[in-house]
Amino acid sequence: MDEPIISVRNLKVSFEMATGEVEVLKGVDFNIGKASTIALVGESGSGKSVTAQAIMGILPSTARITSGEIIFRDPQSGSITEISALSQDDPALRKIRGGKISIIFQEPMVALSPLHTIGDQISEALFLHQQTGRSEGLSRTEAMLDLVGFPDPSRALRTYPFELSGGLRQRAMIAMALVCRPALLIADEPTTALDVTVQAQILNLIRDLQHDLKMALLLITHDLGVVANMAEELVVMYHGKVVESGSAKDLFENPRHPYLSALFKAVPRFGMDKDDRLVPVRPIDQKLGAHFQRKPAIKSQSNTLLKVNGLSKRFTIRSEGLLSKAPSSNIQAVDDVSFEIAQGECLGLVGESGCGKTTLSKMLMRALLPDSGKIQYRGPDGPIDILSLEGNDLMAMRKKMQLIFQDPFSSLSPRMTVFDIVREPFVIHNEGDLQAQRDLVQELMQLVGLDPRFLNRYPHSFSGGQRQRISIARALALQPELLICDEPVSALDVSIQAQVLNLLKDLKNELGLTYLFISHNLAVIDYIADRIAVMHRGRIVEIAPRSELFSNPTHPYTQSLLHAVPHPDITRPLDFKAINALGGNDPKRWPAVFRFEVGENAKWIDLGNQHHVRAHAT
Amino acid sequence: MLRYSTRRLLTMIPTLIAISVIVFVIIQLPPGDYLESHIATMQAQGESIDQKKIEFLREQYGLDQPMWKQYLDWAFGFMQGDLGYSFEYDMPVNDVIGDRMFLTILISVVTIVFTWLIAFPIGIYSATHQYSWGDYGLTFIGFIGLATPNFLLALVMLYFANVYFGTSIGGLMDPRFIDEPMSREKLFSILEHLWIPVIVIGTSGTAAMIRRLRANLLDELGKQYVTTGKAKGLPPGKLLRKYPLRMALNFFVADIGNLLPSIISGAEVTAVVLSLPTTGPLLIASLQSQDMYLAGSFLMFLAILTVLGMLVSDLLLAVLDPRIRLQGSISK
Repeated sequence: MDEPIISVRNLKVSFEMATGEVEVLKGVDFNIGKASTIALVGESGSGKSVTAQAIMGILPSTARITSGEIIFRDPQSGSITEISALSQDDPALRKIRGGKISIIFQEPMVALSPLHTIGDQISEALFLHQQTGRSEGLSRTEAMLDLVGFPDPSRALRTYPFELSGGLRQRAMIAMALVCRPALLIADEPTTALDVTVQAQILNLIRDLQHDLKMALLLITHDLGVVANMAEELVVMYHGKVVESGSAKDLFENPRHPYLSALFKAVPRFGMDKDDRLVPVRPIDQKLGAHFQRKPAIKSQSNTLLKVNGLSKRFTIRSEGLLSKAPSSNIQAVDDVSFEIAQGECLGLVGESGCGKTTLSKMLMRALLPDSGKIQYRGPDGPIDILSLEGNDLMAMRKKMQLIFQDPFSSLSPRMTVFDIVREPFVIHNEGDLQAQRDLVQELMQLVGLDPRFLNRYPHSFSGGQRQRISIARALALQPELLICDEPVSALDVSIQAQVLNLLKDLKNELGLTYLFISHNLAVIDYIADRIAVMHRGRIVEIAPRSELFSNPTHPYTQSLLHAVPHPDITRPLDFKAINALGGNDPKRWPAVFRFEVGENAKWIDLGNQHHVRAHAT
Repeated sequence: MLRYSTRRLLTMIPTLIAISVIVFVIIQLPPGDYLESHIATMQAQGESIDQKKIEFLREQYGLDQPMWKQYLDWAFGFMQGDLGYSFEYDMPVNDVIGDRMFLTILISVVTIVFTWLIAFPIGIYSATHQYSWGDYGLTFIGFIGLATPNFLLALVMLYFANVYFGTSIGGLMDPRFIDEPMSREKLFSILEHLWIPVIVIGTSGTAAMIRRLRANLLDELGKQYVTTGKAKGLPPGKLLRKYPLRMALNFFVADIGNLLPSIISGAEVTAVVLSLPTTGPLLIASLQSQDMYLAGSFLMFLAILTVLGMLVSDLLLAVLDPRIRLQGSISK
């Protein structure tokens, strides 16, 4: 084997905290060979990103390498640099940074400066590291933009990051990292913030470019699906240590360390049986109390809990203000959406970011008013029209539907104790005295598997998963019938995801709840939902029971989604060609039967088995 | 961009009209007018009044006319550059203000430049060396500047300037140059007196500016695009100037809107203590004595400068920040 281009030996890094020094890397060893692909796997806080920052020499100022070394061997010149011995601003290190080793980050929106054009930010790296004239530099930048798949590279030079979609921004980021043709690319969660079809494209792109440029790739991710598709070798980190490393094939087939095998059991994957359960890395112990129990079934003529009919919402984008009469453009966020949810069912709603999932959930909650359409909720004397409710009736309705948000950090007020947070619904609806509320809140905490002694703490002392459980406790406080879960596990680590998913699943059975479960992750939806609706640009394009949808996906968009999900299974690699052929999320590339003009009325084809797809009759 | 500027200019017109109405109504709110109270005072002192002059003034300025008529006369006069007549000073407002305007603008501009020159390097140093001894030390000095009352500092500095440099107390020039035409000696005398008010007025502003620049820059320094720049291999100085500093400038540009009006009204108290011949004390006096056209003109100037300052801020922001220039807003 060639000499590795990066050798990390017994690397220890400490952070200086108010409470003293905390060691986050406790002796990390690994090598990166020339043109190889190494995946660094672990949950957040395991030290993956710190390792990458140490290699780049961009550790935050509070961090310090206490021992160990990082050696870089330039494959072109053969020169050897000890990165760990240089100060961050050392010119020798600056030459390597961006020139020989470059990095792409998770969030392409915040990782690019909003004030400078793409062309400026990409060519900057070139001018720094290579002797190039201005026009030659710009043409090389343009060629790079072309290589990463910008449709119009010369125009892209002059665009600003906020004018681009998330996928294009990440492509720009990749172009910036690769423009100097580095020997090593570090990709720190490069696709976590992207939609699944875009993720497939970006992964494909990275792989192709890696091949073309003959560079090594250090991939940092917690997504085992991505790892299975990209990595040759695996380095598994846990609490600042490497617990297992070896070839990807060996580790996927035969994980030895308990953490890695636990991780495999915690990932939802396609084709699980109805009663297969995920095994969380850290299981929780929840129990039902006296008060929160399954409600007796309500006698009703229909089983339908919620019925949505022809719901539409349009947002207007003002490009000019006040006195101008400039035409304003519209975005049809939700377009003629109809569906039903039966009592006790879990309807999964899947779609990419910006497809209108959240707008839809807000309208169901009466947080936004739709432009047209009808939302009916089952009542004791026939359906209640949610949109016409006012005053006390609306207040009463609000108890029946509750929302769980995606981000467990911003959805809990940092200035309220957990007790106040969970109790707030009772206060708003004026239920019970303080003592009664206290009992209920304690019971709720046990219901979601949290220790009631935590009630006086503030949210910041909890982890993401615990916070999400606090959110769930708050949502359950008023004993709702319908829970709208808006991407409840997207912000959580894989190991925590399983925990929260299991909790939601158990609560649904124990309390007889009905869910509308929104997610962009098909594997998650597959695990929890009974029926699945696929949404694309404000419209539902296909709706079917879970097994039916997975065995017989009909709409090209559904097919693209299914093909683009990376499986945590090394024997089922992504078929990039097939994904590309399906047309993904671009309606222009779909077969004609699935294309609809703007404003054209929905046509639904019944495929039997409750399977409906939006298409022209053939 | 051109459209944006034009539209932005056009929206200023209704704003200014609305402000002028409000200004005029407020000035007129107290019962009576200047002439009435003036006559009453004179008669109480047993002095005779030039009835002809009073009547001339009444007629000239239409004080017997209904209020809306008075407003229109005043407003149209204002637009043509006739600011009205100051009763207190017995001369046209233009002449009263004109004298002081030059000195006011001089002091203010020098103060602003002083503030920027001091605040910028210190703010940047404090932000890039957060929690270092230098940061703490400069912050400490800044807070002292912020906390010291201006008038106190003014008195202290006057005393020391007089004792050590022999500068005459108060004013902006040696008394012998007042009402003299501009000469080399007079200019020198003005410069000799100028630094005291500049430092006095500037200290508190400087301290506030340092704190704001530090806070804004710190926010930006923590953002990921800075890490991206660093990962590209940019040298620290260039990185700082190109990315975070440029972002931190936004607040600074937005601040220009507040800066312009303070040019003529700023630091009144200090100006009184230092007996500076600037416009600040004049505004206070005119409001006290109900000298309506003088006060009205001042307030209108303030309004115009505010609106103009906002315009400059907005246009500069649009130039600096492509997000403002190119992005629309969503209405729901």
